[in-house]
Amino acid sequence: MEFNQRSIISIRDFSREEIEFVVGKALEVKQGRWHDALSGKVLASLFFEPSTRTRLSFEAAMVSMGGRVVGFADAGVSSTKKGESLADTIRTVTGYCDVIAMRHPVEGAARLASEVAGVPVINAGDGANQHPTQTFLDLFTIHEEFGRLDGLKVGMLGDLKYGRTVHSLAKALSLFEVEQVFISPPSLRMPEGIIEELRQGGTAFQEVEEIDQVQGALDVLYVTRIQKERFADFQEYERVAGAYRLGHRELSALGGQCRVMHPLPRVDEIKPEVDSGGNAIYFRQAHNGIPTRQALLGLVTGTIS
Amino acid sequence: MTEDRARKVYAIDRGTVIDHIPSPLALKVVEILGVKQEGILTIGINFKSAKLGSKDIVKVENLKLTESVTDRLALVAPTATINIIEQGRVVEKRPIHIPREFHGLLRCPNPKCITNVEEVTTVFHLEGEPPHPAVRCHYCERLYKNPGELVE
Repeated sequence: MEFNQRSIISIRDFSREEIEFVVGKALEVKQGRWHDALSGKVLASLFFEPSTRTRLSFEAAMVSMGGRVVGFADAGVSSTKKGESLADTIRTVTGYCDVIAMRHPVEGAARLASEVAGVPVINAGDGANQHPTQTFLDLFTIHEEFGRLDGLKVGMLGDLKYGRTVHSLAKALSLFEVEQVFISPPSLRMPEGIIEELRQGGTAFQEVEEIDQVQGALDVLYVTRIQKERFADFQEYERVAGAYRLGHRELSALGGQCRVMHPLPRVDEIKPEVDSGGNAIYFRQAHNGIPTRQALLGLVTGTIS
Repeated sequence: MTEDRARKVYAIDRGTVIDHIPSPLALKVVEILGVKQEGILTIGINFKSAKLGSKDIVKVENLKLTESVTDRLALVAPTATINIIEQGRVVEKRPIHIPREFHGLLRCPNPKCITNVEEVTTVFHLEGEPPHPAVRCHYCERLYKNPGELVE
């Protein structure tokens, strides 16, 4: 399996075997096997759109494995503001680094960057399209918790229409023997295109509007935030958001054992009472961004194999 | 061709005849082929067809269209057949192959796609097979079920 010099742009580019390989490497990294593997390597961290968490996670991943970071956190300080094209920015930066991590508000920007760059590009989010390292760390977290991905039942709750994390997660999980349950208000359902792909691929799934309608226990519930700006009517937002707030009562309706995940930031969709129980794994999930991104950085620079 | 039809459609000595185009797509076919400025064009619309019910025909005089050009028709008129004419006779009958990828032919309607922001040649990948071809943008990854509408 060849990862050296490969760009990480979309979860669609990966087979089941490749995903399992990355998840396995992330585990090795977390266990301390690849100490200082990124020593001497330089990451260009190009954030054309601000994202504190993802940027810090990439930069911490690089530095704590012996690498160094150059870059910017906001397009206002890059030459894009002077009218330079993305392709030219990337062609230039290529000469300064061994790998690029970039976030850009335009969909497909990372794909284009990977086609003009002389070094591998890792997509840290391109608009509403893809954020593959998030999906890898989500899969790693589930695998870490259960020791497997096959045979699990995974629910996704909240805004399934606009949330790119759940779109990519659903697509990735469809490569495994995972039953998926989508819980959302009718106006925020999983897009028809994704539902159709799951159907064609023979993935078992159910769509419901309320937590109480879920049949059987869930192993994982992946919660996403319902954003106010999706609703024209504030009262309607309050009603819908309230119905999807997760607490002890809702968790027991889901079998009581299910692990709760969230891409963060969380606002009030998970009640604080859930934080201290054994169900909550969302902070560990966020921390898993480090070994997952280290594994990917090492694989694409050829320092982890 | 019946004698009656021969009177209706101007026969050509040399060029390309595109037959079995589902009505009323002849004008769209001309647009996709990009042959508006290429000499005499004869367009017939709404002929009776045993296969299609009703069909259109386009004749492009003096121009032998290449396969890469005629294959563009796969997205709008996959039933079309291509006849290359020389000295008044059919010298080549060509089916349409649907390409797996389309370069520079389609425009992505997503305003947030990089192909609408930077100078980039569009690339689309074929996902559904005819008669329901669908294409996915190589860059923003959106899926489109009516690819004929994306032709520039």
